Amino acid sequence: MSDTKKTNNVWSRRDILKAGAATGVIAGAPTIFTGRAYGADYLNAPKGSTVTLGFNVPQSGPYADEGADELRAYKLAVKHLNGEGDGGMMNTFKPSALKGNGILGKKVEFVTGDTQTKSDAARASAKRMIEKDGVVMVTGGSSSGVAVAVQGLCQEAGVIFMAGLTHSNDTTGKDRKRNGFRHFFNAYMSGAALAPVLEANYGTGRNAYHLTADYNWGWTQEESLKNSTEAIGWNTVEAVRTPLKEQDFSQYIAPVLNTDADTLILNHYGGNMINSLTQAVSFGLRDKVVNGKDFVIVVPLYSRLMAQGAGENVKGIFGSTNWHWSLSDEGSQAFVKSFGQEYGFPPSQAAHTTYCQTLLYADACERAGTFEPCGVVAALEGHKFDGLGNGPTEYRAEDHQCFKDVLVVKGKENPSSQFDVLEVVEVTPRAQVEYDATDAAFGGAEASLGPCNNGV
Amino acid sequence: MKNESALKDWTLIILFAAVVLTMPIWLKPLGANYPDLMQKFAIFGLFAIGFNILFGLTGYLSFGHAAFLGIGSYTAVWSFKLLTMNVLPAVIFAVVMAGIFAFLIGFVSLRRSGIYFSILTLAFAEMSFNMAYSVLTPITNGETGLQLSLKDPRILDNFQGEGIPITNLFGVKMSGMPGFYFCAAILIIGFFLSVRITRSPFGMMLRAIKSNQTRMAYTGFNTRPYLVWAFVISGMYAGMAGALMAVTDPLAGAERMQWTASGEVVLMTILGGAGTLIGPLIGAGIIKYFENIFSAFNEQTLNEVFGALPDTLQNIVVKIAGLFVGEGWHLLLGLMFLIVIIFLPGGIMEGFRRLGKLFRLSGRSA
Amino acid sequence: MDTIILQVLNGIDKGAAYALIALGLTLVFGTLGVVNFAHGALFMLGAFTAVTLRELLTLSKKVKDESVTFFDAYKEIPYLEIYLGDFGTAIVDYAVPLSILIAIPFMLLVGLVMERGLIRHFYKRPHADQILVTFGLALVLQEIVKKFYGANPIPQAAPDIVAGSANIGAWIGMADSMVYPWWRLIYLAFALAVIFAVFAFLRFTTFGMVVRAGMQDRETVSLLGIDIERRFTIVFGIAAVVAGLAGLMYTPISPPNYHMGMDFLVLSFVVVVVGGMGSLPGAVLAGFLLGILQSFASLNEVKSILPGIDQIIIFLVAVVVLLVRPRGLMGRKGIMED
Repeated sequence: MSDTKKTNNVWSRRDILKAGAATGVIAGAPTIFTGRAYGADYLNAPKGSTVTLGFNVPQSGPYADEGADELRAYKLAVKHLNGEGDGGMMNTFKPSALKGNGILGKKVEFVTGDTQTKSDAARASAKRMIEKDGVVMVTGGSSSGVAVAVQGLCQEAGVIFMAGLTHSNDTTGKDRKRNGFRHFFNAYMSGAALAPVLEANYGTGRNAYHLTADYNWGWTQEESLKNSTEAIGWNTVEAVRTPLKEQDFSQYIAPVLNTDADTLILNHYGGNMINSLTQAVSFGLRDKVVNGKDFVIVVPLYSRLMAQGAGENVKGIFGSTNWHWSLSDEGSQAFVKSFGQEYGFPPSQAAHTTYCQTLLYADACERAGTFEPCGVVAALEGHKFDGLGNGPTEYRAEDHQCFKDVLVVKGKENPSSQFDVLEVVEVTPRAQVEYDATDAAFGGAEASLGPCNNGV
Repeated sequence: MKNESALKDWTLIILFAAVVLTMPIWLKPLGANYPDLMQKFAIFGLFAIGFNILFGLTGYLSFGHAAFLGIGSYTAVWSFKLLTMNVLPAVIFAVVMAGIFAFLIGFVSLRRSGIYFSILTLAFAEMSFNMAYSVLTPITNGETGLQLSLKDPRILDNFQGEGIPITNLFGVKMSGMPGFYFCAAILIIGFFLSVRITRSPFGMMLRAIKSNQTRMAYTGFNTRPYLVWAFVISGMYAGMAGALMAVTDPLAGAERMQWTASGEVVLMTILGGAGTLIGPLIGAGIIKYFENIFSAFNEQTLNEVFGALPDTLQNIVVKIAGLFVGEGWHLLLGLMFLIVIIFLPGGIMEGFRRLGKLFRLSGRSA
Repeated sequence: MDTIILQVLNGIDKGAAYALIALGLTLVFGTLGVVNFAHGALFMLGAFTAVTLRELLTLSKKVKDESVTFFDAYKEIPYLEIYLGDFGTAIVDYAVPLSILIAIPFMLLVGLVMERGLIRHFYKRPHADQILVTFGLALVLQEIVKKFYGANPIPQAAPDIVAGSANIGAWIGMADSMVYPWWRLIYLAFALAVIFAVFAFLRFTTFGMVVRAGMQDRETVSLLGIDIERRFTIVFGIAAVVAGLAGLMYTPISPPNYHMGMDFLVLSFVVVVVGGMGSLPGAVLAGFLLGILQSFASLNEVKSILPGIDQIIIFLVAVVVLLVRPRGLMGRKGIMED
């Protein structure tokens, strides 16, 4: 589209070579640049009959299970792209240029890496994929810090980044990059989708107390929720920041008892959320009645794995999610079936978004007729598609954020099986969660994707 | 006598330089000859060498050295943002800044010794980490890390590129292989300095403190200035390593300051051999190799590795090997720690010493 | 006012938890002089005995959910409930306290094996070697647990009867809003009981006296014909049991995952050192001090004056204490000072 001309980096390959020679660096010179092909017009252009993708997921640390699920989905996507298995969502994805013979006729191969949910480790792993394994695309991650860090790296290096699970506004807000794309929804969308449901269930005029993880994602989430709940007439009593590494939130929960708050909003994710919710429930908050209203707890961002970790405590608690396996549309059914037959249990939302990202990337390459990042960017920008489980979806050109319906879910009261912990309460239509690309919460008018980078 | 040992040191340094600069060649069979990992070898090698000046020579175990690594990185990135993409000012500012903080923290922490000293340094580093992650976000950009942006002023540069510019040394790009050679050059200088420090009267003094501080104190000798200097020097090494991380990859994140990062350099030093000149470097190399290479193995790569075996055997071997690589790479790391330290008290250098002895013995008998 | 009373209680409760978590480390680190980085892993292993017992108790008859055709989804009915009815349900409900019975012998075994097989050979080695060997062991133990239970936290509910909270306000004739979770009160009582038991054991039994004498002067005690090595082994075993019980009892408060030990490791070291090396009462005192100050630092009124104070309070207190008192609160001279 608009800015897809190649970056005129001042340092071209020729300069680097000259510089390398000039500094008298001769040892090993012949092997230095073998990773990068001469004459190709973009970095790591696939030669031969295969193309390599980089799957960068947390394999150790607290989010290792999410990472493992992402990896399962990636492997499934690769299988389907190569024409093996039942094809999954490739059968429902439309419009689709995918042929089931790899991408652009090249068989898809992949390399994996461990992000450890740390920016440095994630970047090191992505660099290995780019420098050593010659990948044309990196995808994955399960936290916003990592997503933003790896997205920045891919932009500088000149490959495409397809974000995995990242919910912070910044990923496609102030830190948006031309080479990076996000399918997952974000904090703003969570707030906008939740508000009407909260209003319908809990009424207007409530007093909300926020506990917020004290870092970037927590803040954006808190801001979004504050704005959207205040818009339905709720009052924000207090917003308290809690340290990221905290295990025991009792000292933050106890003061809630002595305010006139009747709603607790937990802007926590992962282990933080599991602990804070478990502990809030044990303080008897949910049995309380304040000003004639039943005390309620809201968890704006849910995932099935988190819900399993919190056990019984999630029952009846509202939150939002990007996707859930119980959806009955054709795409979701096809994906759950395919994933279930392969692994014996249903996919998580992390698995879903990474599967979609892989298919979307492959499709864009087919339509662009090349793996060249700038070509892929052009093919993805403004692309409209359907059949991937979220209804009609659009990759907005201005910020590379997917716009689609958002699910509001609730912890299920009577689960019928071990995977059946969440139920979909409402599908909030896309129009309600849309915002302006120059919105202040997303970096304002200053935020820019910059130029695309082919890496040469 | 003196000349002889000086000659030996020079041989060591020249040999060292040769080994470091030929890394792209001899790391090839190990699959580790790509720029990022070689940069990491050099950077963490430098970090460990500096750490060893404090721990190896004086015996004072700092559990908060990652703080200086982080401070170095943040300073360097701010230099890129505000001044210029040239790495020289960034490196200089980073070392100075790390030195200042090391002086302040060292001055306070060195009032205590042993475990009390360790916990003081740990406390300072954890405070730095927690603050950097949250309340200091305007300076550190918190969770997402401090990155370059298109809007940075960069007052000394009249750089008019379209995208985000690349770090350079007077025009030579500092990412990729040139970045590695820059790191390698600094590593060699750092190693040279550490050899000089170890051999100097100052180094002797530090070792004397290690062997018996109380006796030295009884003679009316004030050991503290020496310790503070050692702390500052090793803090500056850490700051330099942090700066190099930013030079090769302009991003600075708070996680670099966490206790696990401080613990990592402790482990590197002990694994290789605390108090030896080369040991910490070897330890750093091994841990980074495990982290970057073994974590990347998956079923597909394992099947390629063991492809020569008969099918059934291959499946079994791949299954077993799969437990120790990929998502299980920490298991391999833990087992390696156990095996090395059980059989080689004092770390990997002890193994080399034993090998050396073996060769000498067999040489003599022959 | 209510908030302050509640925060004091919170602080005491947290303090007792910190003291209990650190107690096992005090024994091994402060007493035997081994820098034990595997302490967190022992804490985690204890928590996972509770998980394991619950898994065993809830071995279930699986009724297939026929509505799902893509993968096998089951409604699970524990055999215990099928055969024993309500009594079976009650047993499952009490899984966490019941697992104490299993955890004590299991953790004792783990401790003894660890000491005999590994740690014993490291008493005379430098602290650096101890760090590496215990850290390596911690990694291995963690990975084994991860292999079996994954990385996601596994919820462990407290028995139903104590799942809610106690109305403390009513007890002392104050506002109704003063409630406190039953399980935390139980943890507090449990912690105090264990701390007191260990303390009394070392203080008032011959065994304890021999151990304490052995710490002062191992050789002389050996010359008296007393097998001090065996007693040290038992102390290590006790430390492992205490660490395991601390972890086990913590599971209803924070669902355990394989990584939890590392998260508590630093805290444990800070508590022990602030309390002073070799002092059991010191560690307990440090636990309470840190717990109470942390509770107050987390109040919004305090945070509005000193932003982010709750992020660093524990470390700030550690620095201040160690600068004012060279050997922590009650440390003895000459332990781990070189």
